[in-house]
Amino acid sequence: MAEYSIKDKVAIVGIGETQYYKRGQAPVSEFRLACEAIIRAADDAGIDVRDIDGISGYANDRNEASRLATALGLKHLGFAGMVWGGGGGGGSGAVGNAAAAVNAGYTKYCVVFRALAQGQFGRFGQAPRSEYISGPAAYTAPYGLFVPAQWVALRTHRFMHDYKINQEPLAAVAMADYYHAQFNPRAVMYGNPLTREKYNQSRWISEPFHLYDCCMENDGAAALIVTTADRARDAKKKPAWIMAAAQGSGYRHYAQVENQYDFSSANFKTLAPRLFEMAGITPKDVDCAQIYEHFSGAVMISLVEHGFCKPEEVMEFVTFENITAPKGKLPINTSGGNIAECYMHGLELVHEAVRQVRGESTCQVPDCKISLVASGPMVSPVSDLIVHSM
Amino acid sequence: MSSETKYCLPEGLPLPRAQRDGLDKEFWDATRRHELVVQRCKSCNAFQWGPEQICHKCYSADLGWHRVSGRGRLYSWTRTWNPVHPALRDACPYIVVVVELPDADNVRMVGNLVGDPHQQPRFDAEVEAVFEDHTAHTLVQWRIVN
Repeated sequence: MAEYSIKDKVAIVGIGETQYYKRGQAPVSEFRLACEAIIRAADDAGIDVRDIDGISGYANDRNEASRLATALGLKHLGFAGMVWGGGGGGGSGAVGNAAAAVNAGYTKYCVVFRALAQGQFGRFGQAPRSEYISGPAAYTAPYGLFVPAQWVALRTHRFMHDYKINQEPLAAVAMADYYHAQFNPRAVMYGNPLTREKYNQSRWISEPFHLYDCCMENDGAAALIVTTADRARDAKKKPAWIMAAAQGSGYRHYAQVENQYDFSSANFKTLAPRLFEMAGITPKDVDCAQIYEHFSGAVMISLVEHGFCKPEEVMEFVTFENITAPKGKLPINTSGGNIAECYMHGLELVHEAVRQVRGESTCQVPDCKISLVASGPMVSPVSDLIVHSM
Repeated sequence: MSSETKYCLPEGLPLPRAQRDGLDKEFWDATRRHELVVQRCKSCNAFQWGPEQICHKCYSADLGWHRVSGRGRLYSWTRTWNPVHPALRDACPYIVVVVELPDADNVRMVGNLVGDPHQQPRFDAEVEAVFEDHTAHTLVQWRIVN
């Protein structure tokens, strides 16, 4: 038994999102998108928006909790928390923080949200503009190393070399995401299928990543509501009970200039054992997984570090057949994920895990009881979540 | 070690400057002399890169600099085809390398690989530092040693 546990003490009872847009196409401001997603999540939970009394965010979200609480007229704010830095690595962590705050009694209904309008602010896929640079970026930017596609490529490339892995598992992840998105009307790439030929012919971004190995850049917002067990039992819809949550980082993983101690690690090695211990299950018990894919290549490393396969087994395990719903051994990213549904910094993956255990997914895994979310490989911190139905 | 007059990447990328707190001034000064140095703890001799205010092994704040040979091992690489900065519009593809320095406890440095951008570098190949002088700063690039 884990030393501490929030297992089944709290649940996700509502999810909501705005329409997901291509970058630059949202007709309203990022802040309004945030408000809209929160209102929809409250509606899905069957609660008054004003009953929300906690706000949990990540990735240094621009839309501050106090501004949201004011704009939404919340009666009071009992908790406002932020997962430091880490980009999409904080997605499950923000749910974990909400769960802890609810369990501690700081908040009764805590909203977790992410709003991102890359069209209105800077793009993650382009270098910030400045004439001079100092600090850690001064050792990388002058060499044209600016964006996540590049440093994730460096780490993935070494992993592929070490374990004799070719392009196939990367292509399988991209293909699976696009395949699942074709069933999901929310997906930005709905109606825009990917063939293997199109994948092969797509341009390189940074080797070993083709265009389709990379997540999109989008505008939109997503939100979900976490509450106590008592309240969850009265919820409008079937609760997604939180089995376990974990967040953090391995030894010196944030060391700059590619000096992370474990070079090609997805950074889940110290989290995954804690996660499964708290949940009281093993990887074999997971019916469906949502594995953050800023870039396809990081998915295989995340799968390995969660114990779904050994690094030597990646080539046989990470195949299109194995990772697609409904029949795959471990269907992953069943909404289309960051690559083909929407790059909502991975919060859309948490929504999909909730939909799977509710039985509401557009690519439903039959009798799905347990879904795992792995947020933000290779960054620091990263985080994990397991939800299940009871 | 040698110097290079032809730049790997065009002008227009952000210009590196030493940090205001002086933490990495010696590194940038050394590159002007075509020397490669790595931060090293004077108490326990541990190397660390990037530099930090304290030693991660013994917490001493008495940190110095150690000159290394400039020989390294090509630990990983990526060939970038997508121009992520306007200055790179006509400079793709180019190769970014991660190099381990065996004589500094395998700390890693990042640079560009000198030569044909279409070459297929071998993992773990031996490389050597190449100093690329710009007007007010010097970059450290890497070349495969045959």
